[in-house]
Amino acid sequence: MAKQLMKGNEAIAEAAIQAGCRHFFGYPITPQNQIPEYMSRRMPQVSGCFLQAESEIAAINMVYGAAGAGARVMTSSSSPGIALKQEGISYIAGARLPAVIVNIVRGGPGLGGIQPAQSDYFQSTRGGGHGDYRTLVLAPASVQEAVELTQEAFDLADIYRIPVIVLGDGMIGQMMEPVEFGKYKKREVPDKEWASTGTEGKRKPNIINSLFIDPDDLEKENIKLMNTYEEIAKNETRAEITNAEDCEILIVAYGTTARIVKNVIKIGEKNGVKIGLIRPITLWPFPSETIAKYASQSSVNSVFSVELSTGQMVDDVKIAVNGVKPVYFYGRTGGVVPLPEEIYENVIKKTGGAK
Amino acid sequence: MARVIVDENRCKGCGLCTTVCPKEIMQLDKTAINIKGYHPSRCIDMDKCIGCAFCATICPDVCITVEK
Amino acid sequence: MATVFKRTEMLVDVPQHYCPGCTHGIAHRLVAESLDELGVGGRSVGVAPVGCAVFAYNYFNCDMHEAAHGRAPAVATGIKRVLPDNIVFTYQGDGDLASIGTAEIVHAAARNENITVIFINNAIYGMTGGQMAPTTLPNQVTTTSPYGRDASHCGMPLKISEMLSTLDGTYYIERAALNTVKNIKNAKKAVKKAFQNQVENKGFSLVELLSTCPTNWGMTPIEALKWVDDNMIPYYPLGVYKDRGEGELK
Repeated sequence: MAKQLMKGNEAIAEAAIQAGCRHFFGYPITPQNQIPEYMSRRMPQVSGCFLQAESEIAAINMVYGAAGAGARVMTSSSSPGIALKQEGISYIAGARLPAVIVNIVRGGPGLGGIQPAQSDYFQSTRGGGHGDYRTLVLAPASVQEAVELTQEAFDLADIYRIPVIVLGDGMIGQMMEPVEFGKYKKREVPDKEWASTGTEGKRKPNIINSLFIDPDDLEKENIKLMNTYEEIAKNETRAEITNAEDCEILIVAYGTTARIVKNVIKIGEKNGVKIGLIRPITLWPFPSETIAKYASQSSVNSVFSVELSTGQMVDDVKIAVNGVKPVYFYGRTGGVVPLPEEIYENVIKKTGGAK
Repeated sequence: MARVIVDENRCKGCGLCTTVCPKEIMQLDKTAINIKGYHPSRCIDMDKCIGCAFCATICPDVCITVEK
Repeated sequence: MATVFKRTEMLVDVPQHYCPGCTHGIAHRLVAESLDELGVGGRSVGVAPVGCAVFAYNYFNCDMHEAAHGRAPAVATGIKRVLPDNIVFTYQGDGDLASIGTAEIVHAAARNENITVIFINNAIYGMTGGQMAPTTLPNQVTTTSPYGRDASHCGMPLKISEMLSTLDGTYYIERAALNTVKNIKNAKKAVKKAFQNQVENKGFSLVELLSTCPTNWGMTPIEALKWVDDNMIPYYPLGVYKDRGEGELK
């Protein structure tokens, strides 16, 4: 398919369709509305099912049903709506079902605002709901990457039988950029003999369930999940590295913020300050080793986590750096998006002018 | 002639069947204890059974099979 | 001799955990027999609630989902939209359907989802130990209405069948009871019809079954049957509340 100019939300929806998603359950909430709207136009064209649910809670439980029946299924929402879905996501994780959940993050807490933010980092990377589980979290920094990560999210969900979160933000969802859909190479996925498609009298019933009333059984299930997470961490951890060899200041930033930091790097070059960037693409599993490796370079005098929040990923950066270098935070919150100059000045001020 | 077979170890001794038998021949056997520790229900006079299956209809644990 | 009555194979042959005399077991039989007699067990997918019937997924001999509390109608919607030719049903208690799950049941009904809902109304939360439910009767004592349900404090019980029958989308809604042989036989007709409707793609069918909870009502199983007659049926009259197929030639 040729390149076309598309709004992030719509590109994400089209990417899901291209990935073979034929069931979408959603609910209106700004700034992700174009995803259900687009699905309501497109799904009938591919004899798929778009259904607007009565709430985000109902939508995620429709996803649970459809996933258990073996379908490639997606829902999307924004921060408060994603909060409502957490119990459902925990059930999907516990029942080891594949599903894709798109969060176009907005400012919080509470009703918050509708501008872009990254204040759902903890909610996304710490499971988000109750119990010992994780979700795979992919953080695109462009509309093209959002398309490719959404398509891959369906393969990852099927391969590992896990809910996968595509974590965008209001900017990625609302801006238009040229996209191409054919670039993503589909991965091998296992078939779904576990799905509840009806015994047809030929097999024992398949039971889609996350209840294990006997603690020994529940522990076994949790260990099974943990083993899957270790495998995911080993195989799927991903980060983009920019200008980080022998840099003096290492910045860790993802999504929209990482794009702004690429301009901060240029300002540094003009001022003779080498600034490097590590951009986590998988927020969970977090690229700790990569960050540790680059932070321990003798050239690095300080590490920064720059986020559209009051500091959440900074915790993981500190864990990764493990005290080897000082780790600082800079960010704006509430939907305010900082300019490169602002970030540069605050980074330099904090590190005492680097030279 | 009809016959009632009670799965005595599945019975929980709730007694519902004893209240609906038109011939009043279903009773809890106070002299016996099943593996769950309940007094199982039993037909005390099979000859009187008319095979109406009322007992089986109301049995919550579907322990009763009826033949006629 | 011929067999007049025997256990259906659509019930898995395992003991059920329900309390002695609890009529959940009868409701399970009616559902299982209906699937068996309609010959649809092989393409059925059931959705179990959270409540005493949470383990129903071990008892029905068909594919099952265990849903989050109250969300079975949404789960069933998801399944049915993926497998339109399968027979999809939910089996829910009153805490599940009439309390936390009211939005889900109202909207599944309003959408006329082609599913079958079996709604067990025993006027109490059983699994969690006898708390007041939205269907608990006025003055009924429970562990969270120890002085008897006071309508001036927490309102009157919900009449789900009447409520849902006002939704144009719904196809068939009947309330039956499990406390006498006559009522059980009628309940069986209603349950089977509710599944027949789905087989014929007619739309949303719900059967509300008045049921007992001897343990949490603090009664013997036999007294509980009588309590349904004396207290529940007057407040929850039995009968067909919606049958869009009435005029149709069968």
